[in-house]
Amino acid sequence: MKGFDVLKLALVATGLAAVFISGASAAETYNAPNIVENTIPKPLAKDAGNAENGRKIVINRKQGNCLACHAISSLDNQPFHGEVGPSLDGVAERYSDAEMRLIVVDPKQVFDGTIMPAFYKKEGLVRVNKKFKDKTILSAQQIEDVIAFLKAQ
Amino acid sequence: MGRKVSLISTVLGAGLLALSTYGTAMADSTLKSIAPPANHPLSEIISGYEFRASETQDLQDDDFENPGYIWVDKGEDLWSEVDGAAGKSCASCHEDASESMKTAGAEFPKWSEKLQKPINLEQKINDCRTENMKADKWKWESEQLLSMTSFVRSQSRGEPVNVQVDGPMAPFFEKGKDLYYQRVGQLDLACSNCHEDNYGNQIRSDLLSQGQTNGFPTYRLKWQKVGSTHRRFKGCMKNVRATPYKVGSDEFVNLELYLGYRGKGLPIESPAVRN
Repeated sequence: MKGFDVLKLALVATGLAAVFISGASAAETYNAPNIVENTIPKPLAKDAGNAENGRKIVINRKQGNCLACHAISSLDNQPFHGEVGPSLDGVAERYSDAEMRLIVVDPKQVFDGTIMPAFYKKEGLVRVNKKFKDKTILSAQQIEDVIAFLKAQ
Repeated sequence: MGRKVSLISTVLGAGLLALSTYGTAMADSTLKSIAPPANHPLSEIISGYEFRASETQDLQDDDFENPGYIWVDKGEDLWSEVDGAAGKSCASCHEDASESMKTAGAEFPKWSEKLQKPINLEQKINDCRTENMKADKWKWESEQLLSMTSFVRSQSRGEPVNVQVDGPMAPFFEKGKDLYYQRVGQLDLACSNCHEDNYGNQIRSDLLSQGQTNGFPTYRLKWQKVGSTHRRFKGCMKNVRATPYKVGSDEFVNLELYLGYRGKGLPIESPAVRN
């Protein structure tokens, strides 16, 4: 096999891997959350949230990237916490799980006109890039993982 | 629980975060700004220069160090280079660019009587090439078009941005304004969410500016070359996971026109140096 072919194969493989990673949330079916009085009382996924996974999602620039806008003291080892939104320290004392769940899923239902993206929403978006079309930013399980992490802040 | 959780209570609960920096644009800005005209959406107009580190500013301020001058110099060579069936160069008609282009760079996008819509500087350069020089258009973001745009606009350095927004320009200005406030992409963000509501705030490692265009074509350290306003627009749209409009599209020209108004009076800095 010529060097060029090997390179091409490597590129294709990398491309496929990228598709599988970024498409993680698309693979599962979307469960429309049941909103009750500005909350989502029921967890979106079968499995309980995993706070350690949640921590990674909160940091990851391609996933939750919560640090882009919010400061979180327990993640002080990470550089560059944003200052667009409020600190998430003690967020669980301010909101119940059910309130936090709606704020992460679709914050515009709670904070009118907020800059914060909806992390589990597919409808009502404009000119979504085809790479992300009909996909939510996070999966149902990832939402639960983030809630589990936020509860410990 | 029927109450709407108010933004205010979130702020008050935030505790550790300084109230003055959260969710509002810089009110007590120490950055150099100019006063906007009446009924302007901004209370202070600030160049992107002010938001950058002193090292980056120094790079821009020194014409010998400023890497954007590689393109300006190339544009200067092209200015007097004959091209096309008419046997002309830019200089054949416009002669000394430091005279003839003194204010042009500050006035685009400008009304095109022929097309009955605004066109920007890149489009004007190409229009001159096809109509007057009988030469081929340069591709958007090609070295030639970047160089000529950088050269022409640098002739207007220091001139205040002054785009026409009334008369026939008015409907296009309105379309540009609509685009500015339209949320797009999976992240559902409008230009205004970052560049009007949050300039001066850190978004992860980036310090948000007002998204002014007075420095374009701009040498971006990230690009390692100069780039057009429309390239920057595309980048922003990709960042919010939207399908970008095309470079040279009516949408981007309208947006560029509207942004010219948002930066009215800022001195042209091309070629600026930014992150």
